[in-house]
Amino acid sequence: MNASLAERSVVVVRNLIPGLATLFLLLLSVVPLSTPNSALVLPPFALMGIYFWSVYRPDLLPMAAAFGIGLMQDMLSGGPPGLFAAAYLGVHAVLSWQRRFFVGKAFAVEWLGFAVMVPPLYAAVWLVGSLYYLRFLPAGEIFIQGLLALAVYPAITWALGRLRAAARI
Amino acid sequence: MRVPRSSVLGIAIPLRSLLQRFALVLLIGASFALMVLGRVDTATVERARTGVMDVVGPLLDVLSRPVAAANRAVAEVRDIMFLRAELDRLRDENERLLQWQTVARRMEAENVALRQLLSVVPETMPSFVAARVIADSGAPFVRTVLVNAGHRDGVRKGQVVMNEDGVVGRVVEVGERSTRILLITDLNSRIPIFDEDSGLRGILAGDNGESPALSFLPNQAQVLPGNRIVTSGHGGLFPQGLPIGVATARNGQIRVRPYVDLHRLEYVRIIRYELPLLAPAGEERPVAADAP
Repeated sequence: MNASLAERSVVVVRNLIPGLATLFLLLLSVVPLSTPNSALVLPPFALMGIYFWSVYRPDLLPMAAAFGIGLMQDMLSGGPPGLFAAAYLGVHAVLSWQRRFFVGKAFAVEWLGFAVMVPPLYAAVWLVGSLYYLRFLPAGEIFIQGLLALAVYPAITWALGRLRAAARI
Repeated sequence: MRVPRSSVLGIAIPLRSLLQRFALVLLIGASFALMVLGRVDTATVERARTGVMDVVGPLLDVLSRPVAAANRAVAEVRDIMFLRAELDRLRDENERLLQWQTVARRMEAENVALRQLLSVVPETMPSFVAARVIADSGAPFVRTVLVNAGHRDGVRKGQVVMNEDGVVGRVVEVGERSTRILLITDLNSRIPIFDEDSGLRGILAGDNGESPALSFLPNQAQVLPGNRIVTSGHGGLFPQGLPIGVATARNGQIRVRPYVDLHRLEYVRIIRYELPLLAPAGEERPVAADAP
């Protein structure tokens, strides 16, 4: 009886790993990094977490979790509330629709998919953000953040892949 | 031969996908409703934000420590590399400052004498809370930082935040043990300023860029690049005379390059300044009521 309870709690913890890992990535993206170059902002790590888990284990990172993580990011950043909640929901929805295209393919395909997704996503974020503040927001920074996201994606996915293998999920 | 599917499954699968779609529409609707709420009812959103800040604050506090240590180590290496040049610069500066010291001493003595002559009531020195930066905004469009001091430490909304170089920003959201600071470069930052050299007053308006722009100046041409810009104290939100930055000209527009390196904030000071215009009147009890 005890063993089965332990087994069940292991399963529960294991099922929470995708959500917790993405939350950790979110916290990592707001760490105050002092950079000599002003334009250098931290890439949106949480976006990569959402993308990765939506491809591999969408059952463990459901739509509501993507929404919650996006909302948390909005609350932490002080930006428009609901902006990144909507953005991450969009990523999750697109991937659950096109997921079959990525599963079992080479990593390059997955990376390419990320590269195809980021520009329209960030354009939408910029547009909605501009509507929220009722003025055209400077687009340079968001462009750099998008490029950085593409550059860092392999490293983050590698780490998440290791985590997935270690947790056997 | 086909295996006959049970009728329950035949209904359940389409129903599930229908529910999923419904949930997606509902959540996207909720996101946009939140954005509208953020525009019309800022108090509710602010409460939600400070709630999240307080819960996540301790985690960020721990997480930011090793990063801060690494930043310091990098700065250390850079310092050692440029030791020679720094020494020369400091020698020059020291020479200049010694001359200033003489001037300042003379002025101080003169000031004291004049104050005594006029019996001026001395200004109260504001106290401050020191706090560590635990998070950047991490998002585009926003120039804010979170620090690890809050309401319980005496931080209140509207207080001015500085470091040793000058004005950093002001407090916009206060949680129990964490605070959000709007940097002077943020899109929503407006600070009444005073140009010490020309004597003009204006507003410093952030635009998310490096150097906020000066606006509402009576005559722009008189603010020359290199002029020292300080807070004017107008509106009662900021104390008067706090250093902000140096005026620069870019594309025909007058901007201000802040003294503070806003990308390298580690410790800041939150000034507990009593707003002279907004001080609660009820605190001064009438003397007559206490008299026997």
